[in-house]
Amino acid sequence: MRRALPVLIALLLAGCGGWQSANDPGGPVARDLQGLFWLFTITCGLVWIAVMGVLAAALLRRPPGTKEERERADRRSVQVVGGAVAGTVLIVAGLTLASYFATRSIASDNPHELVIRLRGYQWWWEVTYADERPDRVIRTANEIHIPVGRPVRFELGSVDVIHSFWVPNLSGKQDMIPGRNNSIVLTADRPGSWRGQCAEFCGLQHAHMALHVVAEPEEDFERWRSAQLAEASAPATEEEEAGKRVLEGKACAACHTVRGTEAAGTLGPDLTHVAGRRYLAAGMLPTTRGAFAAWIADPQSVKPGNNMPMVPLSADELQSVSAYLARLR
Amino acid sequence: MSAASGDNDLRDIAVAPDALEARLAHTWRTPGGLRGFFTTVDHKLIARRYIITAFAFLLLGGVLAMLMRLQLARPEARVIGPDFYNQVFTTHGTTMMFLFAVPVMEAVGAYLVPLMVGTRNLAFPRLNAYSYWVYLAGGLLLWGAFVLDIGPDIGWFAYVPLSGPQYAPGKRADIWAQMITFTEIAALAVAVEIVVTVFKQRAPGMSLDRVPLFVWSMLVTAFVVILAMPAVVIASSALILDRLVGTHFFNPAEGGDALLWQHLFWFFGHPEVYIIFIPAVGMVSSILPTFVRRPIFGYLALVLALVGTGLLAFGLWVHHMFTTGLPRVGESFFTASSMAIAVPSGIQIFCWLATIWMGRPVYRTPFLFILAFIATFVLGGLTGVMVASVPLDSQVHDTYFVVAHFHYVLVGGAVFPLLAAITYWFPKMTGRMMSERAGRWTVGLLFAGFNLTFFPMHILGLQGMPRRIYTYQADLPWGGMNLFVSLCSLMLAAGFLLFFVDAFRSARGGKPAGDNPWGAATLEWATSSPPPAYNFAHIPVVSSANPLWDNQGALPVASGLSVNRRELLITSMAEARPEVRETSSQNSIWPFLAAVTTTILLIWSIFSPWGVVWGSIPVAVTLIGWFWPRGMPEDDA
Repeated sequence: MRRALPVLIALLLAGCGGWQSANDPGGPVARDLQGLFWLFTITCGLVWIAVMGVLAAALLRRPPGTKEERERADRRSVQVVGGAVAGTVLIVAGLTLASYFATRSIASDNPHELVIRLRGYQWWWEVTYADERPDRVIRTANEIHIPVGRPVRFELGSVDVIHSFWVPNLSGKQDMIPGRNNSIVLTADRPGSWRGQCAEFCGLQHAHMALHVVAEPEEDFERWRSAQLAEASAPATEEEEAGKRVLEGKACAACHTVRGTEAAGTLGPDLTHVAGRRYLAAGMLPTTRGAFAAWIADPQSVKPGNNMPMVPLSADELQSVSAYLARLR
Repeated sequence: MSAASGDNDLRDIAVAPDALEARLAHTWRTPGGLRGFFTTVDHKLIARRYIITAFAFLLLGGVLAMLMRLQLARPEARVIGPDFYNQVFTTHGTTMMFLFAVPVMEAVGAYLVPLMVGTRNLAFPRLNAYSYWVYLAGGLLLWGAFVLDIGPDIGWFAYVPLSGPQYAPGKRADIWAQMITFTEIAALAVAVEIVVTVFKQRAPGMSLDRVPLFVWSMLVTAFVVILAMPAVVIASSALILDRLVGTHFFNPAEGGDALLWQHLFWFFGHPEVYIIFIPAVGMVSSILPTFVRRPIFGYLALVLALVGTGLLAFGLWVHHMFTTGLPRVGESFFTASSMAIAVPSGIQIFCWLATIWMGRPVYRTPFLFILAFIATFVLGGLTGVMVASVPLDSQVHDTYFVVAHFHYVLVGGAVFPLLAAITYWFPKMTGRMMSERAGRWTVGLLFAGFNLTFFPMHILGLQGMPRRIYTYQADLPWGGMNLFVSLCSLMLAAGFLLFFVDAFRSARGGKPAGDNPWGAATLEWATSSPPPAYNFAHIPVVSSANPLWDNQGALPVASGLSVNRRELLITSMAEARPEVRETSSQNSIWPFLAAVTTTILLIWSIFSPWGVVWGSIPVAVTLIGWFWPRGMPEDDA
């Protein structure tokens, strides 16, 4: 049964595309890592099988009987054990080198890269697209769009505790440490959407600190980018107009920004285009008007312990603010 | 020595052989009742207590593990909330590392080392008593806090700033940090005792190349403890200072550094793993020969491998920090050193295989545990080679792959040998055998249950499941395998329960064992089961590494020790030539009192820095009481 394990693993891993997985690479870095993974796994698997084989043979063989037999076995064992130790040294040295060269290829620089600043908050991600012109800087949250085929450098920081940026389909993880500047470069070589998740324990809602990376062709990316640069959509109905007033007048505006309105808080995610993102509250809920209402009505039961307070609203206010937020595409 | 010494200094040669044991028993006895309970300095009584306490913590830690599996069996389960889950996994890790694994290994060492080297007690017996009470107080502190719902919730690694004053209000993090102090003190005390016992109290003739491998492993472990613990002393003290008096060791806004904590913690934390693992492989090397009926193959290579592992242990800590953005060349160095640990581990495995190859296996329970250990540990070691690689680690770090890896190493690599050791030395400790039938079931359940529970976690990790999450969303592809893991963990739990039940029943009603039920070769089997308070009526004299095999019949003994004072023989470090007679401490209440005052100081200091000032006064008083000369024969030397 043990020999069947590698096959079993391969089958299990094959069946898990789509979500987050180290075994469904969407870019060259993750693909290199996957290759390295199989090199290590196969080598280690063979070593394990060899050791178990020797153990089984040792248990099953007829024990040496005469004194000469025992002495001969003793001498031979010295040679065999010596050889096995030498083999271990060689395997370990080979794997160290393989690992070293994989690191080097991952570390290569590219001048045409896109720079994205990512800052970890308990328990969401602030995403800033850097640009030389201040009016071209985009600030959003929890959903990162990147162009296919272009290297992206993530500059990683944190405002509170240590978080770790990890989108396994694209690359390994890198920690976001307060007081330090880390970065990681990755490329998507096919369009797709991948989930990532904070990998360093960061408190109560560590489990619900997800993000999504959307890789799209260059022109789609540029279209998305210019849409993000625009101010928030104006309310189209009376209800939405009322919702805007609620957002500006209640506690919402103290933490959230909606560009083009009076809401300019900076403690929580920027909501200017919140309805254009696929998920709400760092991967908690798919974005719908109902999800907005559920989240605002009682954020603490959707995501216990998170930093968004429950703002007392009447039923009408809740309805209208949800309608307004759903307009912000 | 005065004229009175004639009465005081009655030697064993002057006593009739049948009166000798009664005389020694009187000299070394522990009084009955509560007084004996609090004053004993007998290493066997203290170590037995230590072992039982550690297994009680294993049981508690196991209950927490089952709680976590219950919560993770289904997506978005609401069995326990995030706050309680964080307390549960923190307390699970802290309990297993600090209250079970390290203490139990040291306790087995404290029980066996004096018997295996042929002496009558550990060096510094009162320190040993003190160590136990301090350890117990640390365990009660953690679990008392947990029961009161103020258990630490910051992980057993307590990374700042999450554990710092800003993000961990209340006293939870302080309780964690101070619990570390308790276990540090306890572990350092035992380590010092073991070093001195092994260096200076070995039976005449037990030169360094005849020391049993388990004793060697405890010696190496003791040195690792002594060198590694100061790093965590500094780290946890600095954390408490940050929290209590507003120093800024770890606060980047004030010139501190969040990563400094990780360096200090892992400079201790990685050797910590070897503090658990080295005694375990020592157990294997000492048990295996008995069940293949031949001496161990490659004694010298095994000793060097133990020493090599102990040295390398200090060059690996950065592999816990591969994703923190350290310079790449430095990381490559730590990849190489981490993989290099495969070499001493490989040497040991090859030597065991050669020993089995040339022996005649006897399939009793301890041997079955060793086979389970080899299969499991080799797999855990190989995944260790994988996580030693910086690029691979960047994928699997902080995922369930790592959870699987270290449980393979710690449960497969240390708990299986420990259970082999308990089964093997149980007759020595209790005078009774554990059930062979229950033992086979235990091995089977544990081996199957363990692998079915933990192997799938490798795959979960590769599928992207991070560690330390209290739940996961239903649309993630982890649900089925988590349910499978949770179900299989029941089998693992059943294995442990069966072991506990069997140990409990066998201690009362097991088959009487006799002195040497397994036909083993080392000195602990040369005395009765359980051993008398004085361990050996005469100190044995050794002329080979396997004295009971090579001296069929009676062992030569040394005589001339006093019978009406506690006396043992000090020998030279390398050759174990007799040097001097040395007295060993009387029973005393002071170690217990000193542990109580230490506890008051440490717990007080959680709440106020003045606890250190005023709390040190009773500590000083009890220490003076402890060391006050009383004119007893034991004070003479």
